[in-house]
Amino acid sequence: MDIFTEKTILTVSRLTAHLRDVLEENFDLVWVQGEVSNLSLPSSGHLYFTLKDPGAQLRCVMFRSSAKNLKFRPTDGMALIARGRISVYDQRGEYQLICEYLEPQGIGALQTAFTQLKERLAGEGLFDEGHKRPLPSFPRRLGVVTSASGAAIHDILNVLKRRFSSLEILLYPVRVQGEGAAMEIARAIDDLNRLKLADVLIVGRGGGSLEDLWAFNEEVVARAVYRSHIPVISAVGHETDWTICDFAADLRAPTPSAAAELVIASAEELRNKVEFLTHRLRLVTESRMAALAARLEAMGRALHDPGTMLGHLAQRVDDLAQRLDLALHNGVERRTDRFERLYGSLLLHDPAHRIGSLQQRVDLLAAKAERLLMDKLQGVRRNFGANAARLEVLSPLSTLSRGYSITRRIADGMTVTDAAQLAAGDRVRLSFQRGAAECRVESVDEVRT
Amino acid sequence: MATEKFETSLKKLEEIVHRLEGGALSLEDSLKAFEEGVKHASFCAKKLDEAERRVEVLLKQKDGSFKREPFEADDN
Repeated sequence: MDIFTEKTILTVSRLTAHLRDVLEENFDLVWVQGEVSNLSLPSSGHLYFTLKDPGAQLRCVMFRSSAKNLKFRPTDGMALIARGRISVYDQRGEYQLICEYLEPQGIGALQTAFTQLKERLAGEGLFDEGHKRPLPSFPRRLGVVTSASGAAIHDILNVLKRRFSSLEILLYPVRVQGEGAAMEIARAIDDLNRLKLADVLIVGRGGGSLEDLWAFNEEVVARAVYRSHIPVISAVGHETDWTICDFAADLRAPTPSAAAELVIASAEELRNKVEFLTHRLRLVTESRMAALAARLEAMGRALHDPGTMLGHLAQRVDDLAQRLDLALHNGVERRTDRFERLYGSLLLHDPAHRIGSLQQRVDLLAAKAERLLMDKLQGVRRNFGANAARLEVLSPLSTLSRGYSITRRIADGMTVTDAAQLAAGDRVRLSFQRGAAECRVESVDEVRT
Repeated sequence: MATEKFETSLKKLEEIVHRLEGGALSLEDSLKAFEEGVKHASFCAKKLDEAERRVEVLLKQKDGSFKREPFEADDN
């Protein structure tokens, strides 16, 4: 180069321009690591700082066009890795690194961004327990914000189908990853709130890499979730994935399927409660009737004149039996059948099989108790009828009134029903409907059969 | 709202069952209570099943309005 061999006088600008050419040509892509100091963030959106290590320091700038893509915020003292090119800032005669990309040293940029955003939003109260709303106890309309083609909606529908839950499900399809996904998710939550289209929301997606799940770590999503008047269940990725959206949500589900289970859990709890109460109602009434039947029977045994009392009680039994029958058929049984149908399918998938089979036994026993009760009541009524007739027949008074008499041996008072009991000369006493007479047996004709 | 009526009904059903199980009621009263209990039980069960089961997708139109359409999952 002739500038070294000939005495050429250069202007400062010229020399600086030469230096810049040399530097830019030779250091157009470098990676450098150091600690951030003198960080400045003017309103222009550019980022100025110095990277240093114990031996040297390097002026750095990151222009707004690159800085807006940063997921995290550099801070003084942070150890960074920077990628960029070396250039010269002519006016100050300084060379500097023009950064295109920064990442925190040690942990990934996304991880840092996550931690920082989480701390900031927590500081603002976006994750406060006091702000979290309970899920409705039996939701009618479920809004789902996720991809129409993803695993999440598929899993959610599977769970709800299996559980026979009666629920109106409204999918608001959004992209769940890539540029603009976070914005779409936030808008969907806002739209569903504005249009009041659901009473509980599931916001989420199936599993993926940290980058895939990133939309759910964006501030816009967290804020939309926080703003939502409709309770939000966040269900992003797998059990181990925690996102900012999870923290902001009213409830975090480990997976989309689990979110669906949460939605219907309280309704199922209530359903169980209603069913349990219905069974108890029926059992207590049936045992009451059984006790009554037993008392009736005991009273019947003690009765001598069944006449009017019997008729009265029989009528009452008829009345009660009819009412019980009616009530059971019109009410409990129809409902119970329905419950059992629902439960049958439910229990196929439920770990609590044991409860199911016990329930079945209770039903069988209840039906049996009902049958036994009815048989018992009928038995009691029949017995009364028979007893009454027998008493009528056995009563001697009616027989005597028709002209018959009772013959007893005077010697031992035995009633004579057979001529063979007597011998000529025995003394007997004849009792009539009114009065009696003493007689002597003249002769005996034995009847041979 | 319907939720309140449901809660009230469930509570009544609970009370009736407790009263019947207490055993202090006359026969007439317990039959009356039984009938009332059956009414509440059916009401509660009906409420729980009231929502219509359907799956729809919300589609945003060009003019910003929304349209609902039945949703069919891709793979079944």
